[in-house]
Amino acid sequence: MKRFIGFIKKEFYHIFRDRRSLFILFGMPIAQILLFGFAITNEINNVDIAILDHSKDATTEEIINKISASKYFTINQMIAREADIETAFKKGKIKAVLNFEKDFSKNLIKEQKATIQIITDATDPNTANSITNYINAILQNYQQSKNKGIVVEYQIIPQTRMVYNPELKSVFMFVPGVMTIILMLVSAMMTSISITREKELGTMEILLVSPLKPFQVIIGKVVPYIFLSVINAAVIVLLSIFIFKMPVQGSLFLLGAESVLFIITSLALGILISTIAETQQSAMMISLMGLMLPVILLSGFIFPITSMAAPLQIISHIIPAKWFIIIIKGIMLKGVGMAYIWKETLILIGMTIFFIGLSVKKYKIRLE
Amino acid sequence: MKKENVIVAEELTKAFGDFKAVNAISFEVKKGEIFGFLGANGAGKTTAMKMLIGISKPSSGKAKVAGFDVYTQTESIKKNIGYMSQKFALYDDLTVKENITFFGGIYGLSRAKIKEKREQLISELGLEGISNKLVGSLPLGWKQKLSFSVSLIHEPKIVFLDEPTGGVDPITRRQFWEMIYKAADQGTTIFVTTHYMDEAEYCDRVSIMVEGKIEALDTPKKLKEQFKVASMNDVFLKLARNIEL
Repeated sequence: MKRFIGFIKKEFYHIFRDRRSLFILFGMPIAQILLFGFAITNEINNVDIAILDHSKDATTEEIINKISASKYFTINQMIAREADIETAFKKGKIKAVLNFEKDFSKNLIKEQKATIQIITDATDPNTANSITNYINAILQNYQQSKNKGIVVEYQIIPQTRMVYNPELKSVFMFVPGVMTIILMLVSAMMTSISITREKELGTMEILLVSPLKPFQVIIGKVVPYIFLSVINAAVIVLLSIFIFKMPVQGSLFLLGAESVLFIITSLALGILISTIAETQQSAMMISLMGLMLPVILLSGFIFPITSMAAPLQIISHIIPAKWFIIIIKGIMLKGVGMAYIWKETLILIGMTIFFIGLSVKKYKIRLE
Repeated sequence: MKKENVIVAEELTKAFGDFKAVNAISFEVKKGEIFGFLGANGAGKTTAMKMLIGISKPSSGKAKVAGFDVYTQTESIKKNIGYMSQKFALYDDLTVKENITFFGGIYGLSRAKIKEKREQLISELGLEGISNKLVGSLPLGWKQKLSFSVSLIHEPKIVFLDEPTGGVDPITRRQFWEMIYKAADQGTTIFVTTHYMDEAEYCDRVSIMVEGKIEALDTPKKLKEQFKVASMNDVFLKLARNIEL
């Protein structure tokens, strides 16, 4: 035990004396969570649009006023001719153009219908979609207010309610994802790098020749990172609670326990990587390509799994991060307990055991 | 007076597929002896050494180190040997003191013993002024001397040195060998690989490995007589050339 404490102390010296790893350990989580929370967002806010109004009558003016009054859009310019639409888009500032047909009010009264063309810049398809939806909603709303008092024979009025995140804050979606990425990064990448560093420097050989058993060496290398990852997880949760007002509906204890489980899963992956990689650089590359990319792309963090192609959906099952994101979203936003997430928890436990088993086997082969 | 054997190898072999990196080598090393393990790069020195220090399993043959079997008693072997690898292997980002404390710790030395050893080591190496400096800032020669001292910290019966003097200047090499002699005088057996042939002259006995086999084994003096040459360098060249022919 005393040997072990000495070993861990040495590991902390390594971490605290290396500015690079200190930065990855403590700078990155805070920078990432703030970045995702403030800068990167799916929400529509103050989007610049242009208006091409062929009729310039009372109705179009009302609609234009309504749109410009919303916080979602800013009317950046009025366009006079069809030919100018393209120029407006090419300048890049305008994301949508509303094109009112000629004699808008007149058509509305005479024929009970009038047309607005919504042209959006679809170089960014998601934003284009949201813009169209938002404008449609504003128009619907306007129409309903106009139709008040008129009896329409059939009318379906959808009442939507967004539960668990009523304000549709994208930070609620990012926090679980960022937390997953950071825990993965710190646990898997940092441990695999620190183990391969000993290999590269030749100190691993010295340690293996010492009376320390190989598993003691590995545990000794891993324990400090468990400790640091737990601190990181706590910092992220605190930041999201106090800065982004993200609620933790469920039990904090359960959240902590599940985080520790995921940290251990990631560490097991890190150990596995270190049995494959011979140099720090290759450990880093494998961690980034093999862990980070799938976490970002396939875990459901940014892109919904249900809209992925079938083979990708299957692949997403083997990504531990996917299960962890489901778990923390459940605990933080829905306030669920173990009864709802036992399946995901078991999957993570199973994966951890599998990774550890595989590393032990690989390690033995290397020693033969 | 006949001294006991601390290393005994019989037909020790390590094969990787069809390739025999170490091909049935047999030798004994006596207590307190400085045993030179020579060979060109790739002759199988390091592989043979790894089997003796218990981090690589032999394919066949027998070997005992410090009285323990290399197949079944590697744990006991590890407690009784010291090892210094060809790569310099202390931690650059730890201070001199911290390195000594750490390695003393993993060999299970008591706190008092570590303190005593640490002070003794630092004064012997004349590192008093810089014992709180990071090892990374020391010149290579000092690092290697420190590394050797650290490999002796738990007073092992045998110390294995894998090309310990690679890349250092002749003066430091000379000082390094003085440290080796001193350790040998105190009864520590030294098993050293090198490809500096002048260093071979400092050894009590040398073995020369060529392509996985031990082609010659005796005192430097007898080897020179046997091959009728003036230096170990010529012995080595003659042997290597014979194999090629």
